[in-house]
Amino acid sequence: MFPSDRAGTKEDALNLGLLEKEYEKICMLLGRTPTFTELAMFSGMWSEHCSYKNSKLLLRNLYCESPRLLARPGEENAGVLKISDNLAVVFKIESHNHPSAIEPYQGAATGVGGIMRDVFTMGARPLVSLNSLRFGYPTDKRNRYLLKNVVRGIADYGNSLGIACAGGEVFFHDSYSKNPLVNAMTVGIAPIDKLASARRGQAGQYVMYAGARTGRDGIHGASFASKEISEDSFEERSAVQVGDPFLEKLLMEATLECLHKGLVVAIQDMGAAGLVSSTSEMASSGGFGMILDLEKIPTREKDMEPYEYLLSESQERMLLLVEREKVQEIHNIFAKWELEAQVIGVTTAAKELVIRYQGKEYARLSPDFLVKEAPLYEREFSPTRRDLWQSKAPRPIFEGEDLETIMEIPLLSKALEFFSKLLSEPNFASKAPIYEQYDCEVGLGRIIGPGENAGVYRVGEGSLALAVTVDGNSLYVAQDPFEGTRHTVAEAYRNISAAGAYALGITNCLNFGNPYKPDNYYYFRQAVLGMSQAAKELNVPITGGNVSFYNESEEGPVLPTPTIGMVGLLEDEKEALTSHAFLDCEIALLGFFNPRLEGSLFHYLKTGILSDRLPPLSLKEEKKTAGLLLQLNKKKLLRSAIDLSSGGLILGLLRFLFAGRRLGQKHLGFAFKSLSLLREEFRNYDTLFLGETASTYLVCYEREHRDKIAELAQREQVPFRYLGETEASDSFSFGKLHISLRLLQEIYEESLRVYLR
Amino acid sequence: MIKAAVLVFPGSNCDRDLGESLVRFFSCQVQYIWHKESFFAEHDIYFLPGGFSYGDYLRSGALAAHTRSMSSLREAVAKGRMVVGICNGFQILTESKLLPGALLRNKSLKHICKDVPLKGENEFQDAPNGFSLPISHSEGNYIAPYEILQEIEENRQVLFRYRENPNGSLHDIAGLCDKSRRVIGLMPHPERALFPTKDKREDMPLFGRYFFEKIFSLL
Repeated sequence: MFPSDRAGTKEDALNLGLLEKEYEKICMLLGRTPTFTELAMFSGMWSEHCSYKNSKLLLRNLYCESPRLLARPGEENAGVLKISDNLAVVFKIESHNHPSAIEPYQGAATGVGGIMRDVFTMGARPLVSLNSLRFGYPTDKRNRYLLKNVVRGIADYGNSLGIACAGGEVFFHDSYSKNPLVNAMTVGIAPIDKLASARRGQAGQYVMYAGARTGRDGIHGASFASKEISEDSFEERSAVQVGDPFLEKLLMEATLECLHKGLVVAIQDMGAAGLVSSTSEMASSGGFGMILDLEKIPTREKDMEPYEYLLSESQERMLLLVEREKVQEIHNIFAKWELEAQVIGVTTAAKELVIRYQGKEYARLSPDFLVKEAPLYEREFSPTRRDLWQSKAPRPIFEGEDLETIMEIPLLSKALEFFSKLLSEPNFASKAPIYEQYDCEVGLGRIIGPGENAGVYRVGEGSLALAVTVDGNSLYVAQDPFEGTRHTVAEAYRNISAAGAYALGITNCLNFGNPYKPDNYYYFRQAVLGMSQAAKELNVPITGGNVSFYNESEEGPVLPTPTIGMVGLLEDEKEALTSHAFLDCEIALLGFFNPRLEGSLFHYLKTGILSDRLPPLSLKEEKKTAGLLLQLNKKKLLRSAIDLSSGGLILGLLRFLFAGRRLGQKHLGFAFKSLSLLREEFRNYDTLFLGETASTYLVCYEREHRDKIAELAQREQVPFRYLGETEASDSFSFGKLHISLRLLQEIYEESLRVYLR
Repeated sequence: MIKAAVLVFPGSNCDRDLGESLVRFFSCQVQYIWHKESFFAEHDIYFLPGGFSYGDYLRSGALAAHTRSMSSLREAVAKGRMVVGICNGFQILTESKLLPGALLRNKSLKHICKDVPLKGENEFQDAPNGFSLPISHSEGNYIAPYEILQEIEENRQVLFRYRENPNGSLHDIAGLCDKSRRVIGLMPHPERALFPTKDKREDMPLFGRYFFEKIFSLL
């Protein structure tokens, strides 16, 4: 029988965002003109968002080797690594940038919902979530509006769902003004024998639809996300989905109950391109066909067209493949959670996806055409000019000021003014006003919460715990995409190590501009290569990820932003390291401290110049230092540690002290003892204090352990530099200056709050 | 062994945290009661857990207040059984009129998740030094008409006050009981102050333990 829908023309194809040659390929594959419904299905599945057509060829070569690996990247909804004989960690990060640019509250909320579903669809209960955010400078009203509402969207959804959030990271730069970035990561835990799959099944099984009803929201969401943001984007608000965390909570409980009772053959959540992608991917990988009767789908709107059923991105929905005799039990479980679960079709031996609506056929085609035949492109790239972002450089706030002068003529008022500026700068200030809105404790897994090296959460088996972090350094990547992305991976690795854990796996979210512009593609390509190389050098597999192109408005692309999510393992939760300095201890630099001012965030804020000279990075040294840190920790020689990154030594040191003071040690000060030595070694105070470096941690330890630590460091050939000691005072003493920490702490902790009011 | 019941509503999300803590730290026998079930007042104590029952639709706690399990709970209260509502549980108790007053959106209009120093009063006046507990809520801003507040104070019903008011609550009220002193509601989460954490004050687990031991001593 030939589909009874009207024919899909070339004009339709172009309107749906397909290219002319893609339309021709569709006609060739089908051996006929597609129906309109079929064309709409192709537009969803061949969109950048679903097909990864401009990135897949590069991503295929990402480093991914580990004896713990339980699924190859791209095979399942999320990465899966074994953490014990019985348990696996399931984790992934995903972007929701375009929806958040248009409708920040719902965009961010549904971003959280989507990534949670990816994880619990695998049979894992989400343990903790994180996020990485990018906004334009918050002095602007619109940027503040986006910031406030994105944060509230994430908080409302995650808190209501009852999944702890360990914070994440935020960076402000005007290239993100029109196009903020919202990357959400979820880490879950599953019993290995209960891991679910989207890739099983055979002919003769039932296709069930479960969860929320289908509406018109989010139609063409996938193709909407596959173009640049423009004034017209705001007309497409209907392409943004609306989330309901209450429904998601019910869906999560019902889904996990079904999966843990072993009632389901295969399962996939309905994300981008909704029903089309979940059915076609399931059928294509399973090697079977499907007949779907759309009128059986519960709807909440009238008179929906077949293509609307297929492309709707209504949230909180699942597709299940089940044996006939399990249908009733599944139905009952969903009913208990006040949700609907309907049989909407069957699987067939003929490898065809057949779409029927009220008895009439609207589409009949091989699911492979939608999935495996999607076009793949290797785009042109050309090394580019960094002045692409020159007009977006920050207003210089440190003009003419430097620490060197302040230290030479030690004027307290000058020093205070300088530190106030530094600590109130949104990119340096504490992010507590943001993460305080996230419930970081629900589930009782928390050992270490937000604002630290990494979140550390217990997994509920013995003393096993996971360390989780998300990191990005857009500034480094803009300066040198290959080295910058290697740095980003190294930073995440330091976060995990500083928490006392060893790195297990990487997930990533690659946020770039329009890939059809060779400038942008160059950045993307270099970043992917750099990430893969760093992962290989550190021996940490990349288990999956997400690509978000078209982060670009008429004012140009955002800073290139590869976000690295990393999980690490602690065999014994008691070994978790915090980033709090303790009283009556010493503080030292451990690692290959080699600060460089050029390329640092401070330098950029001061000059507005993107240089191409990043701090040197040797991942061999990075690994060696992390190894030593973990060894010292196991020997119980350390009280705490913090890794150095943006803001260099001074920010690391102050954060170390502020955190200690928050912990109830209200009188905790610090006195430098080796300043002249360091000054001599690093030539000037600006480089020493504000320059950035790789492979370095600040460690806090009791005095009597100093010799032992120094001895072990020497044996491992890792530099160890004593800095000074903590004392029961309120002052931060260096050279002739004594600054009140109470004052600095208040500036650090409160500055961001004004932007969130 | 204490027989405890935890009432579970769709959208509750601290039910397991609470129930498992009661088993692990206090060897309670715990039964979970689904919102559609009625029950006999055969337990020693009833807990209403935190979360977002019914997605906080209408108002926090408003829909949960009208469930079958809550009808049974009213009967249990009439028989003098002890009830403790935590966070959303507190909101359900005010919506059910089992406790006076109401909980509005935080003054900052934002969710707040942090540890807050508290002052224990009356039954809890012997709270340990530095007593503090975690809060995590969007609607914890306690309010009641002037006369009711007077009455609450005269009857010494306030059990916990914030030392640094985070949400705008009148009289800094963080938790209180009814006139019978058997129904207790509080915004802080004592079940979150039992497990040791690394980034909090070391004595935090003492505070959670203190709360539950005190409650059990009142049974």
